[in-house]
Amino acid sequence: MEKVEIDAKGMHYTPLNEMIREAVRNGAKEIILDNVIGQRFIADGLKADVTIRINGVAGGDLGMFMNGPTCIVNGNCDHAPGNTMDGGTIVIHGSAGDAAAHSMRGGKLFVKNNIGYRGGIHMKQYEEERKPVLVVGGSSHAFLGEYMAGGLILVLGIGQEDPAKDRGIGSGIHGGMIVIRGEVKDELLGVGARKAEFGEKELEMITPYVEEFCKYFDTEPSGLLDMNYTCIVPASTRPFAGKYTWE
Amino acid sequence: MSLGSVPLKYKVTIDREQCMHCMRCIDNCSYGVYHKEDDRIIIDSRKCTACHHCISMCPRDAISLKERPVDYRSHPLWTAEAREDIINQARTGKIILAGMGNAKPYPVIFDRLVLDACQVTNPSIDPLREPMELRTYLGKKPSRLEIDKKDNGDIELKTKLTPNLKLETPIMIGHMSYGAISLNAQLSLAKAVEKTGTFMGTGEGGLHEAIYPYQKNMIVQVASGRFGVDINYLERGAAIEIKIGQGAKPGIGGHLPGEKVCQDVSCTRMIPLGSDAISPAPHHDIYSIEDLAQLVRSLKEATEWKKPVFVKIAAVHNAAAISAGIARSSADAVVIDGFRGGSGATPKVFRDNVGIPIEAAVASVDQKLKDQGIRNKISVIASGGIRNSADIAKSIALGADAVYIGTGALIAMGCRVCGQCYRGMCPWGIATQRPDLVERLDPEVESEHVANLIRSWTLELSELMGAAGINSIESLRSNRSRLRGYMLDEGTLDVLQVKPVGA
Ligand code: SF4
Ligand code: SF4
Repeated sequence: MEKVEIDAKGMHYTPLNEMIREAVRNGAKEIILDNVIGQRFIADGLKADVTIRINGVAGGDLGMFMNGPTCIVNGNCDHAPGNTMDGGTIVIHGSAGDAAAHSMRGGKLFVKNNIGYRGGIHMKQYEEERKPVLVVGGSSHAFLGEYMAGGLILVLGIGQEDPAKDRGIGSGIHGGMIVIRGEVKDELLGVGARKAEFGEKELEMITPYVEEFCKYFDTEPSGLLDMNYTCIVPASTRPFAGKYTWE
Repeated sequence: MSLGSVPLKYKVTIDREQCMHCMRCIDNCSYGVYHKEDDRIIIDSRKCTACHHCISMCPRDAISLKERPVDYRSHPLWTAEAREDIINQARTGKIILAGMGNAKPYPVIFDRLVLDACQVTNPSIDPLREPMELRTYLGKKPSRLEIDKKDNGDIELKTKLTPNLKLETPIMIGHMSYGAISLNAQLSLAKAVEKTGTFMGTGEGGLHEAIYPYQKNMIVQVASGRFGVDINYLERGAAIEIKIGQGAKPGIGGHLPGEKVCQDVSCTRMIPLGSDAISPAPHHDIYSIEDLAQLVRSLKEATEWKKPVFVKIAAVHNAAAISAGIARSSADAVVIDGFRGGSGATPKVFRDNVGIPIEAAVASVDQKLKDQGIRNKISVIASGGIRNSADIAKSIALGADAVYIGTGALIAMGCRVCGQCYRGMCPWGIATQRPDLVERLDPEVESEHVANLIRSWTLELSELMGAAGINSIESLRSNRSRLRGYMLDEGTLDVLQVKPVGA
């Protein structure tokens, strides 16, 4: 049983997830979910090597705590896809809500269009081997990469004048890197964030992710692989160290 | 003109007649109070934190310590502390960081509540010869049980029970994270809860591999920073706790200073070495009670509805209404952390001024849940400033199912409540990650001390229950007729739903 099709019409998320787990236990390598309309927690905590194709709009916390699967959403996604995800890939052929990639600890999240507020908040990383990546094709809103402790956020701004629209970018950031296509106004940076040079090394670092993005969404990478990016990094690994004194 | 220095807090002296020059005090003090000049031990009292490690290790009992040997002009409002805090802040312009629980002399409600005992009628029970039931189940209880009677006389339970946590005593150890405390300290606590058939919280620092053997006694915590949280961590825990608030700092998040983020802590938490671990006040996916319900359900969904999920909030004035919301969110227990709860690092102004006493919070939560007919849907765990078995009995009589102890367990391992945990130099090897200090704490020995504390408090609890003619902890729960208020004002008695003495 390599491929399983599930009609999610009118189904609650718990039986839906049970069916997914059951299919995985039976050795499914590909699961197609039709008529998804806002079911939350799809693939929540799922550990498997499986591809889940979601036809419809995925609800909140898609792939939360997930480790391993690939989720492809043919539609938009509600808030926090990839929440505290450990490993695997989520590809969204549309836009996603707030807190996309919240606390992501590994794996990759690709959003074709835009994301809401607090994207990539609290993303974590352990040394080089565990590095989560969030790639946004369109734009992001306020508090992008807030309290970020590691990983990479890449905002490509395709078809956008202002890819990072609002303020608070990287507030409290103490690890990782935010890369945004085009210029970012200084006043949009949050406390603890600073701009760094985007050079050949950084371009080389983002290239595979840009290429992967283009592969999923059938776009040409050539127009995106240049130096037209702004790099945002932590001003310090201890943004709040200077705030306290001893009793 | 300089502000000059404030007087030292403690004065350390050595009885030179007694001293045998073994130099142990020099080795023992991580704060550097002692050093040697020629043949003489020189004391720098200013560095002393009253941690008592030197005193407890001196083979000759030669060391003495006094608090505040220098007086200011006395003033009821401008206390020495108020003046010194101002000097500190005038000099630095910073927030004063503090450790351990609320250090203000608010009256303790526990001390103004007395337990009742039987005389003549409804005789007391002797726990020596009568079985006392202290086993506690945490989690949802069904409103009614449906039973199927078979033709052959067998009966079968039709009602589907939700997973509960089974405790042999209503005493658990609260969440103190790896990072805030050392691995040896966590190991000691883990061994102690295994020995006594109860549970402890991991805190928000994830689960170190060394603790895996004790995972069946662990409640794993998920805080806003999501440190160390992955699916394996969630599956390892016997229960999962979402931390919304903490009694020592309601309304603000967690903060582990970078000094304590060593290699192992950085790995367990997945943050850069030496960086501050920041868990901000809100969970950034929770902005309403519905969002909280969503997180509760996502944790249940991830673990296939097999584990109880707790939600911990700080005791604040609307804790009762929040708890009623939590009871409806699919959560199995609500933890209320009172304003005397401990902390590894917190702004002093929060520790000493924000929140409400656990006694009032538990009573109002229990009452609200009963009024709404949903008390069976959720267990209530009280924590924050529980100092002895009487406090536990009183908490349960006020409406708690079980309690978390924190500082009490640390004291059982040597902690002297010096309040310097945030500096990472704890001489007892508890609130530190410095290998030479961590080494001082032997998990075998200290786990026995902690287990002894839990055992003795459990024994005392059964005695107190027996005296009140109660043989099951369930009959003590929310049994406020077993309490009387002594010199408590009418308003407080009303919140507690307790009668005054003599009534
Ligand atoms: S530990 Fe006691 S006996 Fe030893 S040097 Fe210090 S004061 Fe003297
Ligand atoms: S844990 Fe250590 S540093 Fe903290 S109060 Fe206790 S003795 Fe002092």
